[in-house]
Amino acid sequence: MSARQPIDQFAAGLPGDRRSSVLGSCQAATSKRVTALADDFPHADELRRLAARIKQHTLDHLDRYLAAATDRLEEQGVQVHFADGAGEARSTIHRILADRDARRVVKAKSMVTEEIHLNEYLIERGIECLETDLGEFIIQIDGDVPSHIIRPITHKNRREIAQSFEREGLGAYNDDPEVITRRARVHLRDHYMRSQAGITGANFVSAESGRIVLVTNEGNSRFSMAPNPLHIAVVGIEKIIPRDRDLGVFLNLLARSATGQRLTVYTEFLRGPKAPRQPSGPEEMHVVFLDNGRSRILASDCREILRCIRCGACQNVCPVYRQASGHAYRSTYGGPIGAVLSPLLAGDDFASYADLPKASSLCGACREVCPVDIPIPDMLLKLRHQAHDAGLRSPGSPPMAPFAELATRPMVWRGAMSLSRAANLLPTRMLPVPALQSWLQLRTLPRWRGGEFRQWMAQRAPS
Amino acid sequence: MNREILFQRLRQSLPAEPEPYPEYDDGLLLSRTGRPENAESAFRLQFAAINGHAFDSPLPLIALLRGTGNTRGYCDPDLFSLLGRPLADAGLDVSTTFDRSRYDDYQFGITRATGAIAETGTLVLSDEVTSDRLAALAPWVHIAVVDPATIAPSVPEAIRRFGDSVHLIWVTGPSRTADVEGILIEGVHGPGVQVAYLSSASSWTAPNLPSS
Repeated sequence: MSARQPIDQFAAGLPGDRRSSVLGSCQAATSKRVTALADDFPHADELRRLAARIKQHTLDHLDRYLAAATDRLEEQGVQVHFADGAGEARSTIHRILADRDARRVVKAKSMVTEEIHLNEYLIERGIECLETDLGEFIIQIDGDVPSHIIRPITHKNRREIAQSFEREGLGAYNDDPEVITRRARVHLRDHYMRSQAGITGANFVSAESGRIVLVTNEGNSRFSMAPNPLHIAVVGIEKIIPRDRDLGVFLNLLARSATGQRLTVYTEFLRGPKAPRQPSGPEEMHVVFLDNGRSRILASDCREILRCIRCGACQNVCPVYRQASGHAYRSTYGGPIGAVLSPLLAGDDFASYADLPKASSLCGACREVCPVDIPIPDMLLKLRHQAHDAGLRSPGSPPMAPFAELATRPMVWRGAMSLSRAANLLPTRMLPVPALQSWLQLRTLPRWRGGEFRQWMAQRAPS
Repeated sequence: MNREILFQRLRQSLPAEPEPYPEYDDGLLLSRTGRPENAESAFRLQFAAINGHAFDSPLPLIALLRGTGNTRGYCDPDLFSLLGRPLADAGLDVSTTFDRSRYDDYQFGITRATGAIAETGTLVLSDEVTSDRLAALAPWVHIAVVDPATIAPSVPEAIRRFGDSVHLIWVTGPSRTADVEGILIEGVHGPGVQVAYLSSASSWTAPNLPSS
């Protein structure tokens, strides 16, 4: 077994320019968020806590709200399906498409379809399934996976993108971002117009009105639905909110937290297929509600993670994510949200992701920026305990028993503090202790000053 | 899956002490620009801040279209006498039919907006009264005709005015992306230039406008 955490290993192998790209974009996004929220809302924390309570209330009554949303959608002519897991969701979507002989599909960005690996499944079955968000399109032509919830290609630079476009026949090499964007615009338009179905996720679903809310900056979701007759929305069951009015809370927070905008450019409120009097729009609409472990998480002591509205603010602010990038988390969701959500969604495969909750210094920055105030550090600790209780050893962890022995015996502790100054004389980089050497590769051991605090305290004049 | 199985599973997963629904005042949701004294002037300000162009007469719009080389476009027939004709009289090529087979030939598209939001500089479009949604999306320049009386001061007020629209869209600025190295580029899939044409002298009526 390696002496280092998988995330540490991944981070150590990350090329310098990729690390700079991730770090720079995260710093910029964090700064924009602070400006957008603090400038506009003097009591932003109050708004975050309100959002947390509304979401928690919804989750605590999810049976009621999911039933209400389903009723509203069906009343408005939407065909509603429920999928237990990824496999059932994929086959349900495939059946809807196959029954209508829809072989050309355009897709708007959706984390839940990433979670169920929908593209690969449909493509294997002969359905052209094209991502239309610029970042996701680049991910698709590169056979890559997204590394951030909002900025899927935050790990790529313009030169890599220009090479991919050249390889795919989208024009001679040109790494000007404006040229790249225009080429994607021209290329994707043809696909929109030829498509027979559009697949999206959903950011929110109002139980009161059945409105599906979709937000995009590029307009690709709207374009996906403009020319074709069929819209399929794949929605995690946790996306419900009680009332339309609550959208005022969440839309204000989502765009500011994600990209520092007041509102995302296109916010669509869809209640069903096009009305008879409406000149254009999909004639058929399906909603596939996906459980995929969410009801199990709801029953656990980490249920608050289901409040997440996928803004990516916790990824931007996390010191571990900034150094390691999203791919280090080996799952659809990276960063602090992924360190909690991935092991939970894995269910019986918890052991494969049990190291992720350890990839945190528990600094708490993720909770401070979370628009729905999810206590992520508390959950990381709970999941660490779960891994410990399951007997899952974590690579690189020093043995804690000797420390526990010292820390529970004050006399021995005091003696050890003074004696340990001898450590300053040791050639630490020469000691044949793999865990120590691994630790020292990335860090500098400060000079040992054990016992000085007690001395200072004893000599300090009483105030 | 059988929906009853899911709902039964959900009921078994719910906590013993559920969080009550928090009562709150909409005032908490208003940003610093959410209480405008004059909705129209606030809208103009916020619209400009997101790179939108607001006009209330045809001349500056014609200058913009000419200056950017976008001289061929579509106009909702109901808006032709208000705006299409002045553009056509100035020599621009204005069509009142949107032929989807040549959607890329239209450099500008004129459609109606059912409202706007002053707080955020947002245009509100309802597909029920948009003559063709592609006309509001495919051309490089989208010109939304807005009656200033329909401008909502804030986001919560705009939500209260949802009405019964099936497909409602809020558009806050030109289509944009920052996917490539975080550099902002406008005009990805939708319009690169967003125009609001404010006119209270609308010669059109909106029989299918959602109730507000």
